[in-house]
Amino acid sequence: MSPGIDEALTPPFDLHIDAVALRARAAELGTRSIKNDSKRLGLARAMSMIDLTTLEGADTAERVRRLCVRAQRPGTGLPPAAAVCVYPRLVPVARRALEGSPVRVCAVSSGFPAGQVPLGIKLEDTRAAVEDGAEEIDIVIARGSLLAGDFTRVHDEVAALKEAASPACLKVILETGELGSFEQIAHAAWIACIAGADFVKTSTGKVAVNSTPATALCLLHVVRDYHAHTGREVGVKCAGGIRTAKEALHYLVLVHETMGPSWLVQSRFRIGASSLVDDLARQMLKLDGGRYVGSDDVVQD
Amino acid sequence: MTDPKIHKTFKLYIDGAFPRSESGRVAPLHTQRARKGARANNARAKNGEVSSEVPIAQVARASRKDLRNAVQGARRAFASWSTSSAYLRGQILYRMAEMLDHRSSAFVDALVHFEGCSAAVAKREVEVSATRLLFYAGCCDKLTQLLGTVNPVAGPYFNFSMPEASGVIAALTPSRPSLLGLVSSLAPILVPGNTVVCVVPTQAAPIALDFAEVIATSDVPPGVVQILSGEREELVPHVATHRDLDGCLLCVEDAAIDADTRHRERQLVEAEAADHVKRVHVAEAVTSKDWLEGRAQGLGWILPFVEIKTAWHSMGR
Repeated sequence: MSPGIDEALTPPFDLHIDAVALRARAAELGTRSIKNDSKRLGLARAMSMIDLTTLEGADTAERVRRLCVRAQRPGTGLPPAAAVCVYPRLVPVARRALEGSPVRVCAVSSGFPAGQVPLGIKLEDTRAAVEDGAEEIDIVIARGSLLAGDFTRVHDEVAALKEAASPACLKVILETGELGSFEQIAHAAWIACIAGADFVKTSTGKVAVNSTPATALCLLHVVRDYHAHTGREVGVKCAGGIRTAKEALHYLVLVHETMGPSWLVQSRFRIGASSLVDDLARQMLKLDGGRYVGSDDVVQD
Repeated sequence: MTDPKIHKTFKLYIDGAFPRSESGRVAPLHTQRARKGARANNARAKNGEVSSEVPIAQVARASRKDLRNAVQGARRAFASWSTSSAYLRGQILYRMAEMLDHRSSAFVDALVHFEGCSAAVAKREVEVSATRLLFYAGCCDKLTQLLGTVNPVAGPYFNFSMPEASGVIAALTPSRPSLLGLVSSLAPILVPGNTVVCVVPTQAAPIALDFAEVIATSDVPPGVVQILSGEREELVPHVATHRDLDGCLLCVEDAAIDADTRHRERQLVEAEAADHVKRVHVAEAVTSKDWLEGRAQGLGWILPFVEIKTAWHSMGR
């Protein structure tokens, strides 16, 4: 590894992050009370940013078709989801089910969720998904290499996958829950940005620690700084464990406060989730009817 | 009981924990030497007058959101409680009776201290409460025999009807008798496997929340019984309109509330419940004496929150 490349992969600013202040700031932004009119808009906006996801070994074509219907018509007063996110094998099913709808098809690839397969297989995996019709590709970084300090390898893999995924939108999963510190998370995000990521994404949803408001804020700071330095915009996707409308609105507040209202669009911010849609529909019903909603009032997936 | 040095703050009982109200509100509770005096106190409190007496305890005042949290927890707990074996539910209710009996002298002291009744009256109330729990413990594994049937049908089929739990039930319990009223309300609801959200009046809160400590140590799974203390008038509309409550037991207050208010409350609950076909049952017992008698106990108290499921099964050859 030449010192020149390593230098290029280090952010041109002090990487030290005050974890306590970051957590406090992220938590504080979740304590605001949101009044009904804003809440209605917020719920709809959150819905439009969802990558409705199913990533189970037990996924069937039927389940994916059902999810695609849900993504297109999530409930009264709610717009369609941004995308449906599935394993590569099910991309053709989702493609057919979403024909003619604004909902995009997203596939996870590159040896999701661990990313511990040779690069050749990752590239093959990705190309196949794009050929089958995936318009967005979520890849995982080689976090084993990252933790071992081999930043060049991490960068080169992402760059190679970006090329293989083209023209699809590339989201790079950092798996923040396994990176240990905010410094490491920020560094990983920076490398992903340099390597050409269109989005940096927090988690796979497959490890114990998922997306938290603090990691989301950390990533937002990185993409803001990256934009300031290079002029290129990279989006942020938060995924894993976001189940309630309240949490989703908290994330929207984080984005708004960090990046401004122009970032509250699906091309800049995404939420990867599945059961969140149930709660958004429930909260929307509550706003419309003024009554707390019963368990049978909303479809539960 | 000698006046305790620590004036307890009685908190809510939600999901097996004792949280404060999310609203942060507490209401002071004053000594009630005689019932007549107590009524006068209540009247003054209603008029917004500040009592000159020193409060003997602080009681959490639940809000609409506390109710929402309690119902959510009760709904989560429903799946496993309603499918647990009737035998297990019986054992748990029996354990509640044991725990209450074991702590009976403490409850007698508390009744005397907080409600100003005589020791003899308090002792009787605690005894009847424990016996009532025993009765319902015994009901659990007999309910299917008592309510289930094999129906005659014209065809080669077995046709069975069997009781099932209704779901999450709200119980608006009386202010007096605080312990017996609460026990008589919640125990029959638990028998078929319902979970229950009890809304108890502020005056009954110390005893009700003492009883929550009995529940918490009796292996009752978290969320199966939730106890909220607060202003009944404030919480009733939210109970009535909450679509995730499958039933509501309405215990009419003795004396503390006048007939007109009682009638309006009942009308409100029944009208709002119609929106989502919530079962509403109005308890017959009105006076403290009624609660001590046999008619405050029995299958009739279990039936309102039971659904009958009928299944057909081929007879075979």
